[in-house]
Amino acid sequence: MSERLPAEFADLEAFAATWSLPTERQRYDQRLASTIADMEAFYDAVVPRAEEAMTYLEGLPFDALPDDAANLLHLLYSMIQVSFPVEVWHQPKVPDTGSSTLDTFIEPVP
Amino acid sequence: MPRFPKPPEGSWTEHYPELGTQTVSYEDSISPEYYEREQAAIFKRAWLNVGRVEQLPRVGSYFTKDVKAAHAAILVVRTKGGVRAFHNICRHRGNKLAWSDDPKQDTAGFCRQFTCKYHGWRYDLDGALTFVQQDGEFFNLDKDKTGLAPVHCDVWAGFIFVNFAREPEQSLRDFLGPMVTNLEGYPFDRQTSRFGYSTTINANWKLYMDAFAEFYHAPVLHAKQSPEKYSSLAQQAGFEAPHYQIEGPHRLVSTSGVRFWEMDTELVKPMEILTRSGLFGPWDASDLGEMPPGVNPGKCDPWGLDSFQLFPNFVILIWSQGWYLTYHYWPTSYNTHVFEGNVYFLPARNVRERVAQEMAAVTFKEFGLQDANTLEATQMMLETRYVDRFHLNDQEILCRHLHVAVRDWVTAYEGSRA
Repeated sequence: MSERLPAEFADLEAFAATWSLPTERQRYDQRLASTIADMEAFYDAVVPRAEEAMTYLEGLPFDALPDDAANLLHLLYSMIQVSFPVEVWHQPKVPDTGSSTLDTFIEPVP
Repeated sequence: MPRFPKPPEGSWTEHYPELGTQTVSYEDSISPEYYEREQAAIFKRAWLNVGRVEQLPRVGSYFTKDVKAAHAAILVVRTKGGVRAFHNICRHRGNKLAWSDDPKQDTAGFCRQFTCKYHGWRYDLDGALTFVQQDGEFFNLDKDKTGLAPVHCDVWAGFIFVNFAREPEQSLRDFLGPMVTNLEGYPFDRQTSRFGYSTTINANWKLYMDAFAEFYHAPVLHAKQSPEKYSSLAQQAGFEAPHYQIEGPHRLVSTSGVRFWEMDTELVKPMEILTRSGLFGPWDASDLGEMPPGVNPGKCDPWGLDSFQLFPNFVILIWSQGWYLTYHYWPTSYNTHVFEGNVYFLPARNVRERVAQEMAAVTFKEFGLQDANTLEATQMMLETRYVDRFHLNDQEILCRHLHVAVRDWVTAYEGSRA
């Protein structure tokens, strides 16, 4: 299978299939479908590379990112998504939110 | 000792004596009969915001909007002469005119004319009937008198408002009043990077308005969103707003700012440091230029946000960091409503700005989910009716005012018809 991420971020390739997701709905659903251990492993791998990833992406035209760079950006969005369960909730869902939903119907691209 | 000075009367609530300080009833939020009265007295008479002009980028752009609280479903379209609204109904036999796939869902798009799916009657963008299939078969059909039924529609600061009254009693501008119109000049139009969220809430629409009308809940309900050290400090301090303002049926609260970027790292989450962003928005403020006089009218310093709550169901929340939110609460029954939240930023120019926006938007959703679920719990218990008087403190003045404004509109309308 071809690589999803730029070669400089090959160490994150193992997470790309699960977490390089273009929409918030997909990222939120993936979060709810994941265990805390899964999300901690992803968080621990991506956070130390986030600064370099942003610097790498800053070197490219923001409104015309190549696919591998867009995948890397989506991985950063997922990093933000999992930071809530990992840093504060210690469970995938916001506690005490029962059946509450808040569905994204529009978001900026990229 | 209050942290911020209160009005000379001793409290914000007593500064507005029509509000009273007594315990309140939420009968207005648990009664199907009262909801019907609100529909007639408020949702069919007040100016309602249904969207922004950026949703209609060119002549022929349209969107539909189901406004159940006014028993209406409308079509909003950009014409050569500006934005217009019509009831979304074909004049032939009443079919919904514009819809895609599921007529119960709203839709949006672009067209040169509207064609009914049923028998092919056509209307131009200004609503005129332009084509009738086999028109010779009809009796006394005057096409000139059979255009789409118009809905009063006006635009303020790029916000599209409609009014379902036969003749609105006030112009949109008079209805909004100076507290709101003084926001003119704020660059709503430049903040086109939009995150939109929607959900159905099993609670009366006013209870969610109330939830976002006070921040007394914030240090408690949202405590666990922050590192423990921050939340225990926040809970100890409690919440006080430096400025409240009420004008007609509309209301405003301003808060003081929190400078997270100057805080000890133990008080801030690692992801906030990494993305330089959080609940209050990107830490590196967007430069929106000079602010109009309506922004931060209490001249709070430091200043965090202004939450303008426009009667009946629309909120514009302006953050000092240079972004804004809107909330809409669309009633669907006495104990359900559809909540829509929109987060608007200047378009990101680079990856770091975009990442900071993502963090602010995701944080908004985390908080919103917490707010939503308490409402269902409140609605359930209010409906038991075993306890029917409740206490509101001075930081909850705007909750008190919403219910008073609703009561006044219902009373005035019913009085005028008696």
